[in-house]
Amino acid sequence: MDAQSLLSRLFPDGFEIQADGLFFSGKGTTRGIEVAVIGSIDAAAIGIELAFQMAGAVLDIVRLEPERPILLLVDTTGQRLTRRDELLGINAYMAHLAKCLELARNQGHKIIGLVYSQAVSGGFLASSLLSDRCYALPEAEVRVMNLPAMARITKIPLERLEQLSQSSPVFAPGVENYRKMGAIADIWQGDLAACLIDALAQDSKDDNRRRLGAERQGRTLAEKVAERVRRGAR
Amino acid sequence: METLRFTYSGGLPVGNQAAATLVGVVGSGNLEILVERQSLAGACEVEVITAAIGFGTIWQSVLDDFFARHGLADIRISINDVGATPAVVSLRLDQAIASFLAGPQ
Amino acid sequence: MSSYYEASARERLQGVLDPASFEEIMPPGERVVSPHLRQLDTPAAFDDGIVVGFGLLSGHKVLVAAQEGGFMGGAVGEVHGAKLVGLLERARDEKPAAVLLLVESGGVRLHEANAGLIAVSEIMRAVLALRGAGVPVLVLDGGAFGCFGGMSIVAKLCDAVIISEEGRLGLSGPEVIETAGGVEEFDSRDRALVWRTVGGKHRYLLRDAMILVADRIPAFRQAAIDCLSLRPDLSLAALEAEHALLASRMERFGACKDAVDIWRHLGIADPAGLPLLEADEFIAATHDKRA
Repeated sequence: MDAQSLLSRLFPDGFEIQADGLFFSGKGTTRGIEVAVIGSIDAAAIGIELAFQMAGAVLDIVRLEPERPILLLVDTTGQRLTRRDELLGINAYMAHLAKCLELARNQGHKIIGLVYSQAVSGGFLASSLLSDRCYALPEAEVRVMNLPAMARITKIPLERLEQLSQSSPVFAPGVENYRKMGAIADIWQGDLAACLIDALAQDSKDDNRRRLGAERQGRTLAEKVAERVRRGAR
Repeated sequence: METLRFTYSGGLPVGNQAAATLVGVVGSGNLEILVERQSLAGACEVEVITAAIGFGTIWQSVLDDFFARHGLADIRISINDVGATPAVVSLRLDQAIASFLAGPQ
Repeated sequence: MSSYYEASARERLQGVLDPASFEEIMPPGERVVSPHLRQLDTPAAFDDGIVVGFGLLSGHKVLVAAQEGGFMGGAVGEVHGAKLVGLLERARDEKPAAVLLLVESGGVRLHEANAGLIAVSEIMRAVLALRGAGVPVLVLDGGAFGCFGGMSIVAKLCDAVIISEEGRLGLSGPEVIETAGGVEEFDSRDRALVWRTVGGKHRYLLRDAMILVADRIPAFRQAAIDCLSLRPDLSLAALEAEHALLASRMERFGACKDAVDIWRHLGIADPAGLPLLEADEFIAATHDKRA
């Protein structure tokens, strides 16, 4: 689904978006609630400029639109892979975006992420995964890396990875695996406006992903181990 | 991956200050060794999980020599190995025992 | 063992903290290992490559984590990540003087792909929540595997990065850039190029690292002690200031082809000579010329 169609399904009461290259921002209205929107299109590779643009949009919302919920609609194939991005510290730009989102969260802005197309690796970490709750469309593609590349780097045969993907959500790309592991709260279908309204009504400030991963049996150790380290006498 | 187990008896008792110890790193050509006290009716049990398959007799030989040097009673030795040479294994075993016997630093 | 670079994670902790003050949480004897490696015929480590615990730093209580680069490049898997998140949440409960992260990591452990990625995201949220609660988080970076991938984003969420001349801090490793863009884009075997681009000295000059130290454990220790007075600031004013700094960085250096060009722009007299200077001489020559 392209961004335009998505926005009209999410915001039946209308929306106003400004685009600037691969970046877009603006607001949409649903059932009388105005939601700020920040996003990207065309499987954008996130480099220093795009991370900076998104951070700037978050700061504008914090300054000018108190408590307005923020919807992240980021389509990305991951971090941009250039020497220049590394030279200028792309990790710092992404961290800056994360800090701006944390500021927004602390100032009372709900942050909802919706993966509508692709979400990969560092690009995913620096955007949708920073939301209070991250959702996805069923056709969205979510991954760390594609399996052939993983096979090359780990030296584990591709056939073995493909085989294991059937029984374990750990390697294989896909929204269902990420939902099972707790990173994606839910998959949105049908009435997307209603899905958004529901999401906005929920209490969502704490990171619930480990608990979800345990309940859904996609990550069976993370919650237990973290709790033991947190609470253990030693 | 292969798991090998060895048991020894007749080792010397361990002093009270001995404390569970880990030495080494699970990296290529290396290994980690965990030494712990355990009630084993005087025995010393060794478990080796190794990525290098088919070297059982060499492990037997290295561990026999090691036990002859540092035979201890009521201890458990657990090893995660990634193809370390016998020389490296012997060195690490000696380091592990020295650290174990010395107790908390 | 004085070299931080050569030392293991456990040796670094012993050397950075006050003598005999370190106590490990969930020690290796508990055998909390990765559940995902056996099926891939890959050896597991008893501590899953990260040591967590607490100790004293110049008499102050600190919580600490140290990643073992020798095990899978310090990469983050499900258990490894959960140990770190649990430590960060424990720090929110206990409010120690600081949390020290001795980072050495390639980022997400591909053998545990999705679990690793989600763990890194949880670490990011936990660091931010912890700093929001007023506890400073310090990163020490000086190991062979550097600080890459998602951990490099985590590093920049913290109060300070203390880096050595051997240390590296970057998102995508040189080989990844070369695979994507060819050897002209980044010759990953050109070590001098790698260190100019993502190494400690360059990060210090750009101000992405707060402190540069020599590759010695006592130097890291002293720098961490000096950082105990830091107080986290995630206010709008602080982020606006950071936004301006990052804007200025793009503006001033966005067209620079190489770090040497940036260093020349910073007014450094002999930029090509910087890599040859020892840490102390380097700092003397550049401390007042940082970006």
